[in-house]
Parts: sequence; structure tokens; C-alpha cells
Amino acid sequence: MISTTLLLIAVGLFAGVAGAILGLGGGIIITPILTLAMGLDIKYAIGASIISVIATSSGSTVAYLRDEVLNLRVAMFLEIATTIGAILGALLTGVLNPSYLYVLFGLLLLFSCWNMIKKLRAGRELTTTVKSDKWAKKLDLNGSYFDKSELKNVDYEVTNVPGGFSMMFGAGFASGLLGIGSGAFKVMAMDTIMHMPLKPSSATSNLMMGVTAAASATVYFFNGSMLPQIAVPLALGILVGAVIGSRIMQVLPARVIRMIFVPVIFYVGLQMILKGFGVSFG
Amino acid sequence: MTSKNKSQSTDEMVSVERLIGRILQIGVFTSAIILALGLLLFLMNQTTGYPAGTHPKTLLAILQGAIAFKPYAIMMLGLFCLILTPVLRVVVSIYAFYKEEDHLYVVITVLVLIILLISFIIGYLGF
Repeated sequence: MISTTLLLIAVGLFAGVAGAILGLGGGIIITPILTLAMGLDIKYAIGASIISVIATSSGSTVAYLRDEVLNLRVAMFLEIATTIGAILGALLTGVLNPSYLYVLFGLLLLFSCWNMIKKLRAGRELTTTVKSDKWAKKLDLNGSYFDKSELKNVDYEVTNVPGGFSMMFGAGFASGLLGIGSGAFKVMAMDTIMHMPLKPSSATSNLMMGVTAAASATVYFFNGSMLPQIAVPLALGILVGAVIGSRIMQVLPARVIRMIFVPVIFYVGLQMILKGFGVSFG
Repeated sequence: MTSKNKSQSTDEMVSVERLIGRILQIGVFTSAIILALGLLLFLMNQTTGYPAGTHPKTLLAILQGAIAFKPYAIMMLGLFCLILTPVLRVVVSIYAFYKEEDHLYVVITVLVLIILLISFIIGYLGF
């Protein structure tokens, strides 16, 4: 019992560090380990993965007394889309055929992966190239943050707000209906569609996915699929890991974060497409 | 966070943000301590406090069990507190925008909170 607990704490630590750096929930790391390596039923793995998302989000929130990287306005405005999407997705479970959606969302991730490679090949992280659209001005979404790896203040503008809002609705819908990929789509909506710099995108995604996950967490909490002996050690490991991860994130160059992001997104996208065709792993 | 507000001093905004950061830290630390306490009791006593393969699922059963120091009940209580931390985040954000006199975002954030509460009701009733 103690060895299982220690293993879960270690897995949580790793997932927390990775999740806080990339703005993803721990689901992609935790679900395969719980189901494939530990033989846990998928129902309980999803319950544990939802708690992991919240722990990653809350752990990275408290790493700093004042978080100067995340964009609270973008988070709250887009949160309207994700939470409504998440509720609709959860309600439509069993009505829609998920196969097509897996393939569709998987392709979207591969597309985003391709876009990220293009940005990497373009060289330096570009932040000042876009002009904000009228929505960004009206909603006061433009922001600035202090980049601790470049040691300078970065002002940025966001564009294509309706596109980002729609993508966020899709992200919420996918996480409500399919239970995965919420963080990946959130970063994609902000970084690829709205042209926000990667660090604020990741930090903002981190905050948002906690709120979205809380919306569906009560379902799993009250229907008994959150096993305390699994979820508690995981959550404790992740909380500590996420505090460490969000500190690492601030000092890492954005380019390095993007380099880690590309293979992870490719893996998740491929996994979703395969799942759509009936091949399942994790 | 960018400060849109012109009438208030930046110093006051910084202190509001610090206060909010402190509230969030207290919320997350409290959850973590309850989780750790439950896990320690579970490992030391080698018992869950409940029949094998079951754990308390209703809030009432969890609270009753936590008062009786049953490890699984304390662990579930910690998980429930953790689930509430993002909600706390939304609530204190409303306060922050209110202090910044950013009325548009007070409305937007209240809307998020309402949607969240609706989802909690749906979750609790088990649709």
C-alpha cells in the first residue's frame, strides 16, 4: 500500500511539473499510467484525471502571490465559452457518435502542431507582429508580462477574438463529451488563433482548465468514480509539482517550451485520431 | 494583470492582487493539509474506516466520517475542498474587477460563476 502511494505521488510530481509548464492537464500522462501500468478501470482513471487537472491548475495559481504572466480578462471572457461547451458536451454524451469528434479534434491538434513547427522554424518568438481586432480593444484583452528568461517586459495584442471564442467552445465541448484534450485546445486557441505569446497562453490555459474541470468534477465526485486512495496521493504530488513547474515555466525560453509542446501535441492528436478509428491506448 | 483603471493608484491594485493571492494560497494549502492528514491516517492505521471497496459519497456521510476521524472521509473532504479552489478563484476575481471598477468584467465573471453553479447543480442531481 505504501509503495503504491509513493509511486502515485511520484507520478503526480512529474505530471504537475509538466502540466504547469505546458498549460495542459495531467490527463495525458496520468490516464495511460493508471490504466495500462496499474490496470485501473477507465472510469476511475477519468475521475483521477479530473482531480489532476484541478490540482495542476490550483498548484500553479499559488506559486506566486501575484501572477503577472496570466491574462485574467482573456481567461474569464473565454471561460464563458468553455463552461457552456463543457455542460453541453456532458449532456450530449451518448447522443453524439464520438468517433467523428475524436478524428476531427485529433486533426485540429495535428494542424496546431504543424503551425507550431512553422513558428519554430520562423526563428525568434514573435510577439509584436499582430494588431488587435476591435473585439480585443472593446474587451480590453491586450496585455503585458515580464519575461523572466528575456528579462524584459513584453506588451502584446490579441487578434481574431471570435475565432478564439469559438475554438474555446469546442475545447469545452470536447472535454465535456470526450473527457480529454482540454488544455491542449485552450493553448491552441490562444497561441495559434488569437496570437497571444506562448507563456501567457500556457498560464491562462492553466487557470481556465481548473475552472472548466471543476464544472464536471462534481459529477465524478458524487457518482463514486473518484477513488480516494488513488486521487489523494496523485493530487498531493501534483500540487507540489505544479508549484515547481510554474516557476520553471517563467524562466524557460518560450522557444524551449514550444519544442516540448510539439511532440506532446502530436502524440495527443495521433492518439485521438486512432481512438476515432477504434484503436485505443490509454 | 493589466491595470485598466486610471482613477485608482497602482499601489492599491497591487495590494488587492496580493490579498487575492493570499486568499487563494490559504484555500489551496488548507485542501493540501486535509489531503495529507487523511493520507497519513490511512497509511498509519492501515484502515479506511469503511467496508472494503466503498468510500463515502454524500457530503453528509463525508462530514460525519471526518468528525469521527475516518481516513477515507477526511481524504474525500480534502478532494472536495480542492474542487472548490477554482470556484474560489472565480469569486475573488469578481472582487478584483470590482475594485478596479471594471464593470464589464464584473458582469462577465459573475456570468462564469453562474454557469459554474448550474454545472454543480447538474452534477449533484446526476443528470
